[in-house]
Amino acid sequence: MTSVVDSLLNLLSFTGLDESILLILVLHIPALSIFLVMVVNATVAVYMERKVAAFMQDRLGPMEVGLFGFKGGKKFWGGIGQTIADAIKLLTKEDIVPDSADKKLMLLAPFIIFIGAFLTFIAVPFSQNLVVSDFNIGVFYIMAMSSVGVIGIIIAGWSSNNKWSLYGSMRAAAQIVSYEIPIGLSLLLVVLVVGSLNLGDIVQWQAENRWFIFHSPFTFVAFFIFFISVVAETNRTPFDIPEAESELVAGWMTEYSGFKWAIFFLSEYANMMIVSIVASVVFLGGWLSPLAIINVGIPDSWMIFDGPFIGIIWLMSKAIFLIFVMMWFRWTFPRLRVDQLMYLCWKVFIPFCLANLFFVSIWELIGGLFFK
Amino acid sequence: MYKILDKSIIGADEMVMNMGPQHPSTHGVLRLKIVTDGEIVSHIEPIIGYLHRCFEKHCENLSYEQIVPFTDRCDYLAAMHMAHGYSIAVEKLLGIEELPERVEYIRVILAEFQRIASHLIAIGVFGLDVGAITPFTWTLRDRERIIDLFESVTGSRLLYNYIWPGGLAHDLPPNFVQKASDFLDYFEPQIEEYNNLLTTNKIFIERSADIGVMPVDVAINYGVSGPTLRGSGIAHDLRKDEPYSIYKKFDFDVPVGEGLMGTVGDCWDRYYVKVLEMKESIKILRQALKTIPDGDVKSAIPKKIRPKKGEVYSRYETARGDLGLYIRSGGKNMPSRLKMRSPAFCNLSVLNEISAGWMISDVISILGSLDIVLGEIDR
Repeated sequence: MTSVVDSLLNLLSFTGLDESILLILVLHIPALSIFLVMVVNATVAVYMERKVAAFMQDRLGPMEVGLFGFKGGKKFWGGIGQTIADAIKLLTKEDIVPDSADKKLMLLAPFIIFIGAFLTFIAVPFSQNLVVSDFNIGVFYIMAMSSVGVIGIIIAGWSSNNKWSLYGSMRAAAQIVSYEIPIGLSLLLVVLVVGSLNLGDIVQWQAENRWFIFHSPFTFVAFFIFFISVVAETNRTPFDIPEAESELVAGWMTEYSGFKWAIFFLSEYANMMIVSIVASVVFLGGWLSPLAIINVGIPDSWMIFDGPFIGIIWLMSKAIFLIFVMMWFRWTFPRLRVDQLMYLCWKVFIPFCLANLFFVSIWELIGGLFFK
Repeated sequence: MYKILDKSIIGADEMVMNMGPQHPSTHGVLRLKIVTDGEIVSHIEPIIGYLHRCFEKHCENLSYEQIVPFTDRCDYLAAMHMAHGYSIAVEKLLGIEELPERVEYIRVILAEFQRIASHLIAIGVFGLDVGAITPFTWTLRDRERIIDLFESVTGSRLLYNYIWPGGLAHDLPPNFVQKASDFLDYFEPQIEEYNNLLTTNKIFIERSADIGVMPVDVAINYGVSGPTLRGSGIAHDLRKDEPYSIYKKFDFDVPVGEGLMGTVGDCWDRYYVKVLEMKESIKILRQALKTIPDGDVKSAIPKKIRPKKGEVYSRYETARGDLGLYIRSGGKNMPSRLKMRSPAFCNLSVLNEISAGWMISDVISILGSLDIVLGEIDR
């Protein structure tokens, strides 16, 4: 497996520059692309969320702001320029820092959260070979980096010097740290079976055998535990207690405005995308075509719908479907209480995960003897 | 899970939180001073008065006719009820026994529509308080249709100034009965939809059942009334107990909390009583729309309202509970004293009693289930 950086290095090797200098130059390209992906993702996801919400709530959603005089009105593409207008509004808004806040920390917090999301993207594949760097510890790295954000959340809550923010950040810390465990244990099943932490290897295994969600009944359960846990980790409803707007105003983001708040927003949607992609890669066959699963009477020539380029579309459609499900949750469920959330994690998910781990080990041990 | 009153379990310092008057879920401009111990609330003090408009003092300087629009503004979510209650009080003071039948029918029809509209807001906002956003938009969508009906009758959408002492401002528009029946046909299945979306949702039940239990004795001691009291299991409804207007003619039940999902008198019961009451209101409306007589709605309106010296206390069942109006007349065209016993005020007073020991999130659900309107509390 190669990565984007490797290919770029190969491509530019004719320049004859020193390898390390070339690496520094080349790294700018994926870095910029990741940033663009994050921005575009936030823009599109916000628009999608508005429209999905409007559809579910029997209202119109945005319909006024158009692009180049193209409005759409009450049609489903109406208000296509809304998110761009929103972005401009956020970036030009006054940046309010409360008098009694810890100003340095308050400035630092959004960047820590952003860096957490940004660095995670390095190991997130978009298709075969389309990954910034193909770690051999990819799963572990993603887990580690996605929990960096919680430091930023605690700093944000503390430095705002607002009691609501403090409540929000304490809740967030407890929640995110707890839900790391079921996520890790669910991913461990996959690692156990594949024998590699590399996301490319995991998809390769699924290409040779079957999607992980269909590996055994236990991984089927594990997928749902994983998905619900990542919803909790990204602080989405019904687990949005850290920013519960009817209780804590806006939780740890209460005192933030303008650009800093926009960065929180960007990171939140980036995290949604990361977890959806990881869920698709690990459990839903990543960039593999779902046509291969059916595999009944499909001519071989159809398998052309597989491969690195078409793979982006498959992976993205899986990820976007999962994002849609998250939005669906948000507009359907009420919010859990903080102790119920902890109950769900520690007394339901973790025992199930441990049992899963045990049974999958046995499945692998015995299944190897009986079916193959 | 359980109410924690023994502080030694936690043993931390207490923190005073200030919730409101600018807070998303204090239902207006209520301020709550909350003493918390981590997430656990040990004491709540509601601080009111941010919406005080001297209603009672104003009334001493206004003629009886001029007070009607002011009553609308007290409980702005159930303006019909306030005007109806006030009109009944003034009619009692004037000694008007009989009103034209059509007037009473129209009043009851509008009052029941108003009850549905107000309960729709209450259940939607309660959903919003526990984090479900969609029920709120759905209930507002349906309330909008009731508001449209009111608009066709009265010309305004929130504050109507339609029910006057002795009669009505004007008659119903010609096709009102048809439109109202159409709405009821549309609305009745919608209640099932709310139940599917919110009432029977597992998370919603977790968040509201067994929480903020209001025992019967506490409810009575604090003077709680309306759906909040009925949620605790007492079938006290002035429409049945002291029937005013023509409620005697209609057949309806008084739903009470039964503790279906938890204990009798919990937040879920207080919520569900409102859902059931909407069904009862539909029952009343169907009967009333079928039998509405013809007649003149203005014939009984007195030319001038100048009651003899005396005083009157009248009670009325609004969407929030027992509205009491005490009017003392000094023989002039203005009351010399008007005192309103507002139901939401008494309902709010029980907040500390039933929510101490619960978590902050629970306080939000308890407050939402009490269904307060600050306009009426502060007056």
